[in-house]
Amino acid sequence: MTTQLRGTDVVIVGMGAAGGVAALPLAEAGLSVVGLEAGTWLDQRDFAPDEIRNNYRDWPMLVKKAEQERPTSRATSATRANQIGGHPMMNAVGGTTLHYWAQSWRLNPWDFQVVTETTARYGASRIPYGSTVEDWPFGYDELEPYYDRVEREVGISGQAGNVRGRINSRGNRFEGPRERDFPMPPLRWTAFHDRMAEAARSLGWSPFPGPAAINSEAYQNRPGCGYHGFCNKGGCPINAKNATHITTIPRAVDTGNLTVITRAHVTTLEVGSDGRVTGVNYVVGSNEYFQPAQVVLVASYTYENVRMLLLSKSRAYPDGLSNNHGQVGRHYFSHHQGAGVGAFFPYDLNSWYGLPAQGVAVDDWADDNFDHADLGFIGGGNLWIMSDRRPISAANMGTYGQSRNWGSAWKRFIHENSDRTHGSYIQKTTLPYEDNYLDLDPTVTDPLGLPVIRITGQFKDNERAIAGFMQDKMEDWYREAGAIEINRGGLGNTMGASTHAYGGTRMGDDPETNVVDRWGFSHEAPNLGVLGASVMGTSGARNPTLTSQALAWRTAAHLVESWRDIAE
Amino acid sequence: MTDSNGRRPAISRRDLLRTAGAAGAAALVPGAVAAATEVTPATASPEVAGQGPVGSALPAETAPFVARALTNLTAREAEILSAMVDRLIPSDEMGPGALDAGVLRYIDRALSEAESDAADAYRAGLAALDTYSRYTRGGPFIDLSTVDQDSVLIDVQIGAATGAGVGFVGGSGSFFNMVKSHTWQGMFGDPEYGGNVNFAGWDLLDYPGVRLGVSPQDQRDLEAGQLEPVRRSAYDYGMFE
Repeated sequence: MTTQLRGTDVVIVGMGAAGGVAALPLAEAGLSVVGLEAGTWLDQRDFAPDEIRNNYRDWPMLVKKAEQERPTSRATSATRANQIGGHPMMNAVGGTTLHYWAQSWRLNPWDFQVVTETTARYGASRIPYGSTVEDWPFGYDELEPYYDRVEREVGISGQAGNVRGRINSRGNRFEGPRERDFPMPPLRWTAFHDRMAEAARSLGWSPFPGPAAINSEAYQNRPGCGYHGFCNKGGCPINAKNATHITTIPRAVDTGNLTVITRAHVTTLEVGSDGRVTGVNYVVGSNEYFQPAQVVLVASYTYENVRMLLLSKSRAYPDGLSNNHGQVGRHYFSHHQGAGVGAFFPYDLNSWYGLPAQGVAVDDWADDNFDHADLGFIGGGNLWIMSDRRPISAANMGTYGQSRNWGSAWKRFIHENSDRTHGSYIQKTTLPYEDNYLDLDPTVTDPLGLPVIRITGQFKDNERAIAGFMQDKMEDWYREAGAIEINRGGLGNTMGASTHAYGGTRMGDDPETNVVDRWGFSHEAPNLGVLGASVMGTSGARNPTLTSQALAWRTAAHLVESWRDIAE
Repeated sequence: MTDSNGRRPAISRRDLLRTAGAAGAAALVPGAVAAATEVTPATASPEVAGQGPVGSALPAETAPFVARALTNLTAREAEILSAMVDRLIPSDEMGPGALDAGVLRYIDRALSEAESDAADAYRAGLAALDTYSRYTRGGPFIDLSTVDQDSVLIDVQIGAATGAGVGFVGGSGSFFNMVKSHTWQGMFGDPEYGGNVNFAGWDLLDYPGVRLGVSPQDQRDLEAGQLEPVRRSAYDYGMFE
């Protein structure tokens, strides 16, 4: 028996990074908003600095919806898909911003116009074979005011490198022009960061501190970072990490216009005979509800956004909601973050107290910041050196051939060297391709009997070429800083599931190749909006969250301005 | 936080460990039977009391201490696993080893909690380890010399102990990696979970300890080798109880 609830102006499915941000401008504008969240509220008391709990077990998640809907994954349509071992995301109010690394980058202007820029500089033949990449429907300048707004509303620390065209060499000289500085200075550096920055400069590169959704000083009545060392997949016990459950969501609740319903597991969206969305179906335990709404914004993770649309079949949309052009699930890609480089140093790095968002970035080899005329790829990577070490992970370090990895000899080795390794993080331009996509798995289902998402995805020559190129640069950097041993990961093959999952509901002007329009609303169902990285058509060489949040704010602001056109 | 209701016992595991502590760990070392029978067993955790194969499931001659100390592993399994983790991280001139640090208790408890899916793999793997020792070294694993034990473990680690009739499910290497992974968690993880007794693991690494705040001066002191290590569980900071 389904309980029919009272209608509301807007339903947001998912109170995470994107939905949790979009709720604020909507609620502030006086719209009645219902936020449906599969997880529960958690707070700082749940965030013990406990490596076993954070990094080896299931964290304090009380609801494991994502875990029960783990996608299946395969490299190509010719191979068999297997269910992945664990879901990369979590369910809670605030979503994965509770425990993410909180690196909060703006995309580079080039990322918005990969086709136009590549064609102009190198010729159209340099777009990789089989790629379905398009220019975004707008450029960096269009998104800049929303980046600026979100950086203040959420709270981002960092060092500007380009304020209105004025270059500051302490920041990223390659970034797009920003209207003003960050609201907070960057997180501090340690002696090892200083050493790596010096090494980068001696190579002729431009090192700078990265941006983070972490307080470097008191902000919005919450303290600055304590650098306790458990930030990687850990919540913040002092509320210095600016997850949406302590930033935009409570402020939206305070307006009186946002109601957050927890443990609400959304299954499908309902559609009327006119093709407009009428509301969403959800379950809480064994109770079923229908929440009518004028406008529905889906803001769960990429896999769940796509899945909900594909599961919502109706007479108007027989192949899934907003899928009459067959574009839902297309242009999917997992960010290439692998192919790491590790280094072994003859000195202690003193990295025990730090966090993944504290570090040194180099963008000299990212995007189109260097000449690709004689290279076999387009795009590039962001080199990132961070502090991130905990006891169990330190004891699991590679031994670089100096010892077996157990026994008495190993005890001597680890006592000497537990603080002497480092692993780099290199995010690389990743493009969509014709044969990489999401669909519903034909056999694997969740406990409700609904199919899970199937990922079909493989990194192609362009991504692999970038990966090899970036490994060379990273090795040069480590050697310059005194590393005595280097190891490299493989260049990457199957994409698999990722915390950086893009596409599936791509944004663009052409309804033949895109699911949502330039504002984030469906080309087919006009009162359906989509939030999150599933609308992004390119990845850039940096984390997607801030861009997702800026887009979410922009979609919400557009909804407020165009309420009559969209909702009525 | 309302969500924590029912999730954390009124008497924390840590409180119980504090009394049972190192003595409980010593009880798990084969050969420490006499000493161990004198002390409080480490089983009283409210989550595990009354569960698992206690007493009757065990061979009578080895039951007395293990039955009260462990919940999931039989006495025989505990003996083999003890011998194995004692080779992975031995007690030696560098300091305490895995047994001293309560790794066996960590693993046994994990098999009731987050790692309950692994219980069958332990059961099969420990039996296979013993079988492989008998087939190739002429005796049960616990009776081999440490040199032979190490050579058996190398075979197991590299997957060479995977043979017909031995009984490793999915290859001996995956069993080795599972035990190693849990051993490292028990040795180097928070003592809340029953391992890392007396912070033996953190001392081995020179880990400066769990702090909620690290000032710029603390970081400079660390870099100068002058930061005093903190030896507290995360749960010794009252806010996470």
